[in-house]
Amino acid sequence: MSLFAKFQPLVQDRHSLLGEGVDPFGAPIEEIYSPTEARINGRRTILAGTNNYLGLTFDKECLDAAHAALDELGTGTTGSRMANGSFSGHRALEREIAAFYECDKAIVFTTGYQANLAVISGLANNEDTIVIDADSHASIYDGCRLSGADVVRFRHNNPDDLHKRLKRLGERAANTLVIIEGIYSMLGDKARIREFVEVKNAHQAMLLVDEAHSLGVLGERGRGLVEEAGVINEADFIVGTFSKSLASTGGYCVSNHPQLDLIRYASRPYIFTASPCPSVIASTREALKRVENGADLRARLWRHARRLYRHLLDAGYELGPEPCPVIAALLDTREQALALWRGLHEHGVYVNLIFPPATPDGKSLVRISVCAAHTDEQIDKICEAFSALS
Amino acid sequence: MTTSYEEILEKVITELSALTAPDAGLTEDSELVTELGLDSFKVLDLLMDIEDEFDISMPVNLLADVHTVKDLAERIHTVINTGT
Repeated sequence: MSLFAKFQPLVQDRHSLLGEGVDPFGAPIEEIYSPTEARINGRRTILAGTNNYLGLTFDKECLDAAHAALDELGTGTTGSRMANGSFSGHRALEREIAAFYECDKAIVFTTGYQANLAVISGLANNEDTIVIDADSHASIYDGCRLSGADVVRFRHNNPDDLHKRLKRLGERAANTLVIIEGIYSMLGDKARIREFVEVKNAHQAMLLVDEAHSLGVLGERGRGLVEEAGVINEADFIVGTFSKSLASTGGYCVSNHPQLDLIRYASRPYIFTASPCPSVIASTREALKRVENGADLRARLWRHARRLYRHLLDAGYELGPEPCPVIAALLDTREQALALWRGLHEHGVYVNLIFPPATPDGKSLVRISVCAAHTDEQIDKICEAFSALS
Repeated sequence: MTTSYEEILEKVITELSALTAPDAGLTEDSELVTELGLDSFKVLDLLMDIEDEFDISMPVNLLADVHTVKDLAERIHTVINTGT
C-alpha cells in the first residue's frame, strides 16, 4: 500500500466539504495592512482570528529592535544553543522573563509548541504519570506522548474530577505532573486555578500551567491567570508562547525549581532545534516590556471582547461559557460552521474555523480572537457581519 | 474481588452503545475506529467513562494496542485484576 493511501479519506472529505471555494484552513493572506487588516483572496478584510491580542505586530519599538538585531547579528543562529552557543539576546530574554514572573529560572524555546514538547518530555519519563485536562492543546498531548509517561485525563476544567483521578493513583500521585491551561483556546474559558492548586497541594503533585492564551491578557502586569488568581508561586512550571500577545514566535518556561536548567541537557526538542533568530528575540524583548506596562491595551482588549460576546449572545449564537478575547461560536455541524465562515469572509471578516475532533463535544467552531488594536468601527463591522448571518 | 472478562465486556458494550448508531452491529470483534466510527477523542472520552465505571486508573497510553472491543475489554480486565 502506498504511503499516501492513508490520506485518501482526508482528500475526499476535504473535496466534498470544501469544494472549490477559498480554503479556510489555508486562507491566502496576500497583503498585511496593519495588525487588524489584510487583503485575503482579493478582499480587504478585518483580521479577527489571529490571536494577536495586544496588536503589537507593527509596534515601532519592536520593529526597530528587530531591524537593529538583523543588521548587527544576522538573519539566524543556524543551529541549536547546545551546538552553536547562546547569543546574548537569548540569555537576556531568559533573565527578563524570569524577572517578569519573579521566578528564579527561565528557558526560551524556538516555538510555543516546542516549549511544551521540551518541558513535558524533559520532566517526565516512562516511570512517571502526567494528569492532563481532557481539552488540552495538541502540544501538551504530544509532549506527553514523547515523554513515554503514563497519561491520565481528567474532565475539562473539573477540579473534583482531578482529585478523583489523583486519588486513584495512590502513592504515585505525589510524583505526578498535573497540566492545565490559563485560558482554553477552543472555548475561551479560564481554568478554575485556585481549586486546582488546592487539589494538587492535597496530593503533593506538581502543577504546570500553560499561559499561551492568557499571557498579556490577564493580570495587572499581564502575567496571565496565575497573576490574576494570585497563585504565581503555586505553579511549579509556567509555560507560554511569544506568538500571541508578544507578536513574534517562540516559547518559554519559568520555574523556581533550580532543576529547570537540567532540561537543557535532557530534552531532545530543546537540544535538537535551532535557537530563535536574533530579530525574533529582539522584538520579543521589546514586546515583553509593552506587555508589562500594557494595562491600557488590556483594558481596550477586554472592552472589545465583552462587547462582542454580548452582541453575539443577543444575536442568538451559542458561545463559550464566559466573555474572553477568544470567543467561540458553536455550531452543530461542519457544514453550518463552514457556511458561517464563508459568509463572514464575504463580509470582510477573517476568523478561524475548527472541526471535530479538535473541538469539545463534537461541535464545530467559528472562533474569533479580539485585538486591542481593533477600532470600535471594526468591532461594529464584525458585529454586523455576525448579525447578518445569524 | 475479581471481575470476570464477561462482566467487563458487557459494561464496555453498554458504554459503547451510547456512542454508536443503533445499527452499528456492535460485537466483541468490532473495530473501534474503522467499524464503529469513533474518533480518537471519543475513544479517549470512553476511557474516562470506563475508569469511572470500574473505579480504576487506566492511562491513555495503554490504548496503543487496542483496536477492537475485545482488545479493550481484555486490557481493562488486566488492569483490574493485576493493577497494570
